[in-house]
Amino acid sequence: MAGRPCPPGEPTAGPSVADTPDAASDGSETVTFDRSGIRAGFLTCLPVALGVGGYGIAFGMLARRAGLSVAEAALMSATVLAGAAQIVAVELWAEPLPVATILLATLAINLRYSLMGAALGPWLKRLSALRGYGSLLLMADENWALTMRDLRSGSGRGAFLLGTGIAMWVFWVASTIVGAAAGGVIGDPTRYGIDFVLAAVFVALAAELWEGRSTLVPWLVALATAVVAAELVPGQWYILLGGVVAATVEVIRHDQ
Amino acid sequence: MISEGALALDPLVVGTVLAMALVTAVTKIGGFWLLRRIEVSERLEAGLSVLPGAIVIAILGPELAAGGPPEWGAAGVVLLIMWRTENILLSLCGGIGAVVLFRAIV
Repeated sequence: MAGRPCPPGEPTAGPSVADTPDAASDGSETVTFDRSGIRAGFLTCLPVALGVGGYGIAFGMLARRAGLSVAEAALMSATVLAGAAQIVAVELWAEPLPVATILLATLAINLRYSLMGAALGPWLKRLSALRGYGSLLLMADENWALTMRDLRSGSGRGAFLLGTGIAMWVFWVASTIVGAAAGGVIGDPTRYGIDFVLAAVFVALAAELWEGRSTLVPWLVALATAVVAAELVPGQWYILLGGVVAATVEVIRHDQ
Repeated sequence: MISEGALALDPLVVGTVLAMALVTAVTKIGGFWLLRRIEVSERLEAGLSVLPGAIVIAILGPELAAGGPPEWGAAGVVLLIMWRTENILLSLCGGIGAVVLFRAIV
């Protein structure tokens, strides 16, 4: 599940693959997909992936405690690649295995990825289907955030998501194995502030996504919806609700 | 319990894990798949354009609300460094350093 092999017969759709390196091409509508984009994404994501590794160690330890073998925990990280859903799944792990409950929880927690993938749509749709979908399979919260930031800056690096995804995948799988193998050696991840990485990434991203006063209403709507929903609705539906309600309000406002 | 050895692979566990992977893959590509198939009007586009920020805020809001003064202060540090330098790595390091420091103080 690691790399995305490229089956033959898939024509490279969209604008040609210009070999523009890291330089951001402002205002250009061209979206490239090349090695330099993968490289840039990988390197940008490295520090974040390192932090995500903290969660991976925690997940590995939880999985082992729930009764999964190291190989099974590693398999889950390698194929699912969705931190929150995996942690919830091993919390639900029991004998006999509540398969339906686990799958339903996985769906509920990960539905937000549909919205996040749609947000990347304007850029990904200029790539071939294989490249767009393949990159999306390696999407997680943190590298989605980094990719949004890069593409919105006008870099046109369509391969950035894949590069960040590879970094996430490598660290997530490796840290899962370390955590599952080491068991209780490493204590509480909060001691090193690792649990704050996700929040820090999103604060930084919010600072970049701020577009002045026009952003205020949808953000306040999203904030209020999410905070209330997080209290009332179990699981991670609040993320989905916050996004959907804010977008709906914007669609209604668009008429006025 | 379910497996003894580190390398053990129980068929039921492997099947469940692969089913989780399938469900997750569908959620990851589903939104984009839909977007490619429907005609996006200008109104809908306006709605979609606020999605990234709205999702970020929706993830962040409850996360910060569940925290306390150390997390709020560290979030402020991230915001400040980001505003002054626009350097994400610097902001992350500053934020994580700040949260460790603030937690030690509080």
